[in-house]
Parts: sequence; C-alpha cells; structure tokens
Amino acid sequence: MSEILSRGDQLEGFLAQVPIVQTLGMRCDIKGDDMVGVLPFQNKLIGNFTIKALHGGAIGTFLEMTAMAQLFLVADVERPPRTINITVDYLRQGHAQDLYARATVVKLGRRMASVRAEAWQSQRDKPVAALLGHFLLAESGSAREES
Amino acid sequence: MSNPMNDLDARIEFMRKNMADMMKVTPWANEMGFQVTRIEKGHVWGVQPFHEHLVGDPETRVIHGGVITTLLDNLCGAACGATLKEFRFVATLDLRIDYMRPAESGRDILAEAECYHVTKSVAFCRAWAYHESREKVIATAQGAFAINKPRTTYKKGDQM
Repeated sequence: MSEILSRGDQLEGFLAQVPIVQTLGMRCDIKGDDMVGVLPFQNKLIGNFTIKALHGGAIGTFLEMTAMAQLFLVADVERPPRTINITVDYLRQGHAQDLYARATVVKLGRRMASVRAEAWQSQRDKPVAALLGHFLLAESGSAREES
Repeated sequence: MSNPMNDLDARIEFMRKNMADMMKVTPWANEMGFQVTRIEKGHVWGVQPFHEHLVGDPETRVIHGGVITTLLDNLCGAACGATLKEFRFVATLDLRIDYMRPAESGRDILAEAECYHVTKSVAFCRAWAYHESREKVIATAQGAFAINKPRTTYKKGDQM
C-alpha cells in the first residue's frame, strides 16, 4: 500500500521533528496551501517582566519559522529553505497573549524566494511585527531545471 | 538627588558586576541560555552555548537562526545600556540579520554588539555572530532602537 503525503502532512511531519518549534511551543494550522502560525502564550516567551512583553527574539523566531513553513508549503523542495536574511519590523508591544502569524511568498524563484510575514494578537489590523525575508531553496528533484 | 544609574561609568560597572545574572531575569534569553561575557563603553560581548532544544534543522542539527536573532537583539540592547549617558529603556524598532555561513552543530556561538550612533530618540547598533572571530562571521545584524522617555521607578527584572 502506498500512501502519498500531502504537502501539509509533510510540513507537519517536519515541524514535529524541529526542536526549536517545540521549544517555542508553536504550531501551524494548515489549510491546503495556506496556513496560520500560532504561538500560544507561555511565560518563557517574555522579554521584559515589568511590562509583561513578549521577547523580540521570540517574535522574530516565530515569524522566521512561519515564513519558512509557508514557503515549504508552496515550493517544490525536499529540504527546509535556508535563510539568507531577515528584517523584522517591531511595530507594537507583544502582550502576554497568543500570537498569530501569516506569511506570503511574494516571489518564488528557482533558487531564491522573497517572503513577507506579519504577526498579530487580538486585532488582525494592528500587527505586532512584520518580517521580510529572503530564503535559499534547497535543490530538489530533477524536474527542477525544466520548470 | 541624582540617580547613580545616570552615570555611565557607574552603570557599566554595575552591569559588569551583574553580568552573569543579566539574562537570567529575561525569560526568553534564559531559555536560550546565553550569557554576556564582557562589557566596554558602547560594546558588549556574549556567548550562546549549543543546546539541542535550539536546533532548527533536524538533519544538520544546526541552531535555528531565530536563536541568533534573540542573541544579537539582546546584545544590541545591552550595548545601548553601555552607551547612553542617562539611563533609559530601549525598544527594538527593527533588526536586520544577514546569514553569511551556517553555524556548525555542537559549537558555541560567540557574538558582540556595538552601539555606534545615538540621537535624541534613536540608538543605532550593529552586531556580529561567529565561532572564532569577526573575520569569519556566521551572521551580522543591524538595528535601530527607540530610546524611551525616562521612567521614575525601576523594578527587579527591568532590562538595561
């Protein structure tokens, strides 16, 4: 019996093996080729106790992981993409609440991709942070050159 | 009465004394397990030990880029604390990280950050992460930090 895993199943299988994903406690709600990253609030994600704000590094890691996951969903690659660079724009304080993120692959080239991601909390139109990232796509099947 | 934290030299001395505990009061930094190792005026150094729970690629066992984001963000914040004439909290406006080469699995990552320009409301920083020296960097960072207006009270757990 052969079973062909959907791209979403492959992504979930991959994320389950990534230690930093478990450390963050994040998950991806996958719907076909679209997904929302979810980062449930935990005390360990805090960067400043006085104002109970999420750490910028935790927000950045979550955004980068969400961007990589979305890219993995839409690109024909076997290996996770490698980050070339990221710019994180910190727009608002991240409160002690769950954080969500959605990423858009703006340009999918043969070797590189440009991805934007945005994180929000209680209000979708009040983003907490935004990311712009460039990723290197790992070589995949032989059909790649013809595409 | 003036606040002794508003004297830069005294503050740097205070930061040096509390270096080992500086990141312990920041939960996410504590989860990463990195430490500040040296502080000079406008410049700080740190180390991020390799930990399995920080791995971002199950095949290569390399630490996730986000860990470097956290490390360099925090060191930049500390560099601001070792630069500003008066004691102020800073907040990251933006941070750009360029990955030059992958980190090696199982090895500590060394890093340093400098605050190279300060205006009335913004501090500009750059930072480097490497295994041996800045000649062979893993990643570089560039960030702008908003300088907050003075607060009158300080509590345990406040970041500098």
